[in-house]
Amino acid sequence: MNRRYMTLLITALVLIALYACGGIYFNNFMRLRVLVNLFGDNAFTGITAVGMTFVIISGGIDLSVASVIAFTTIFIAQNVQNGWHPIPAMLVALVLGALFGAVQGWIISFFQLPPFLVTLAGMFFARGMGFIINDVSIAIKHTFYSETIRNLAIPLQGKVRLPFTATCLIVFVILGTILARYTRFGRYVYAIGSNEASARLMGVPVDRMKVAIYALSGFCAASAGIVVTFYMQSGNSSSFTGLEMDAIAAAVIGGTLLTGGVGGVPGTLMGVLILGLIQTLITFQGSLNNWWAKIFIGALLFLFISVQQILSRRLATRS
Amino acid sequence: MRIAIIALFWLVMLGLLYHTRKTRNVVFWPLLALACLLFFNLLFTPQFYQLDWWEGHLYGVPIDILNHSSKVAILSLGMTLVIACGGIDLSVGAVMAIAGAMMAMMSKEMGYSPWACIAAALALGIIAGMWNGFLVAIMGIPPMVATLILMVAGRGVAQLITNGQIIIFNDPILTFIGNGFIAIPFPFILMLIMFALTYSFTRGTAVGYMVESVGDNEVAARRAGLNSRLIKYLVYVFAGFCAAVAGLVMTSNIRSADANNIGLNLELDAIMSVVIGGTAMTGGRFYLASSVVGAILIQTLTTTMYAKDVSPVVAPVPKALVILAVCLLQSDRVKRYLASRQEAA
Repeated sequence: MNRRYMTLLITALVLIALYACGGIYFNNFMRLRVLVNLFGDNAFTGITAVGMTFVIISGGIDLSVASVIAFTTIFIAQNVQNGWHPIPAMLVALVLGALFGAVQGWIISFFQLPPFLVTLAGMFFARGMGFIINDVSIAIKHTFYSETIRNLAIPLQGKVRLPFTATCLIVFVILGTILARYTRFGRYVYAIGSNEASARLMGVPVDRMKVAIYALSGFCAASAGIVVTFYMQSGNSSSFTGLEMDAIAAAVIGGTLLTGGVGGVPGTLMGVLILGLIQTLITFQGSLNNWWAKIFIGALLFLFISVQQILSRRLATRS
Repeated sequence: MRIAIIALFWLVMLGLLYHTRKTRNVVFWPLLALACLLFFNLLFTPQFYQLDWWEGHLYGVPIDILNHSSKVAILSLGMTLVIACGGIDLSVGAVMAIAGAMMAMMSKEMGYSPWACIAAALALGIIAGMWNGFLVAIMGIPPMVATLILMVAGRGVAQLITNGQIIIFNDPILTFIGNGFIAIPFPFILMLIMFALTYSFTRGTAVGYMVESVGDNEVAARRAGLNSRLIKYLVYVFAGFCAAVAGLVMTSNIRSADANNIGLNLELDAIMSVVIGGTAMTGGRFYLASSVVGAILIQTLTTTMYAKDVSPVVAPVPKALVILAVCLLQSDRVKRYLASRQEAA
């Protein structure tokens, strides 16, 4: 079987097994509400991870996303407090996020620097900028938030409604999948990640593509920040440290190789859902502590990485 | 007296700068940045150079800087070798937490002697390093992914050891590691000892060249008869050991094991000091002394900002700019540009 589907299959099996485990052990686990919350609560991680997937497929990494999210939330909250309407604040935040990513991409491609270092600098920079705007948490009080967004939830069954954040996640995943699979942009991303030098020789505009890829990641992070403001109704410049690692872990669990060239958005969504399910299971269980989640996620990472390693080795020896 | 000390210090500093520039030593760049910062403080921070001798201890801002930079400097020793081997170790912060947790738990809850606690904590660091080394050198997993596993799971393990609690301990020997003074702070002495040992071991023997050749071109190194896997493996073990030592220093310094916060984000600081020191992330040549200067530079930057009443929340921005500036100086494009300027002049 194709290796791409093989890893995706394993991810799907783990996801189903985890869900089934929850269903067997806990009475109310299979309820629609739990499933809906799983999407809603992990929407911002998922949206970040979609952008991260493109970066990783291209052979790079983006450590700045969590700081960009924090910056976006505080930017919107502060401007709404200053009397802006949320929509222009969001648009400006999206432009800033994309621009920030583009600058990182430009530095990476123009100076041929390791993405790890450049986005590490970006991480500190965006975090500091968020703090400069405001270093305390600001609540967002606006009718747009308290009414419009709430009304955008889609009623599913009885009282259960699909929150707008979950809708955002689904839209991003669908758009991301289309972008990766069915556009020239997507094919270029895979080409760069597989072999940058060959891609360049084949006429892929590698430098311009890198700017675009990191801009996309910054855009996704800013969108995730907007979704966070829907979810939390506030902005905080010190929140979400370490989210970049969750996004990377989700992509890796979803079958994206950190060496580049292999992976996909649907896998990443499954990775995000697995991380979310582990959290939900631990919440349901009640007596288990949060640290078990960390150990379990580490073990899962090990499992997926080993499987991929073995598969890629077998592939290498066959050819 | 004070003026004489400052003058002497600057004489030494300028001498070092001149010497490193003349011999084209890489340490020149971080040293130059450090000198600029110190010069800024000479002009604008009156209290900065004041040293006090009190009850057999030396006190003052420069001493604080050396003290606080020690843990990142210790981490950066291991990280330098890992990066020189073409790898990276993201797990050192989590390993610090594990080692600290082990030490506090054994001392407080189980009542072992302090030496046993230290030995167990160091052993745990070595085991963590062996795990990373196994994944990278034997399984062949890319280092960033391989060490990500322990980075995520390690904090969980540390919390498992402490049972999720912050364990406070007060054993005199254990608190000495992070708070002791032998005229100057003990962490700094510890760092100097570890630096001297690492330096003499890598540069006094062929080990340094072996690490560099594996990092530069692994295939060529293997063809030349080096056991590249073993070298990679040992480098990660050493990084784990360094992380455990740094973890002991930090845990001892706050007299408690806090699994959530000990070593948090310090892997990034360690990587940063190595890169500021001029060791390229692609592997190859490494510069231990330069990494230590990098660690001191980062701490000086932080302390200067505190001294100048820059709000701590803004502190990440200058840090980011320093990383970026150093990265740019190292990029081939800028190097070529500078070289062409030099030729023209």
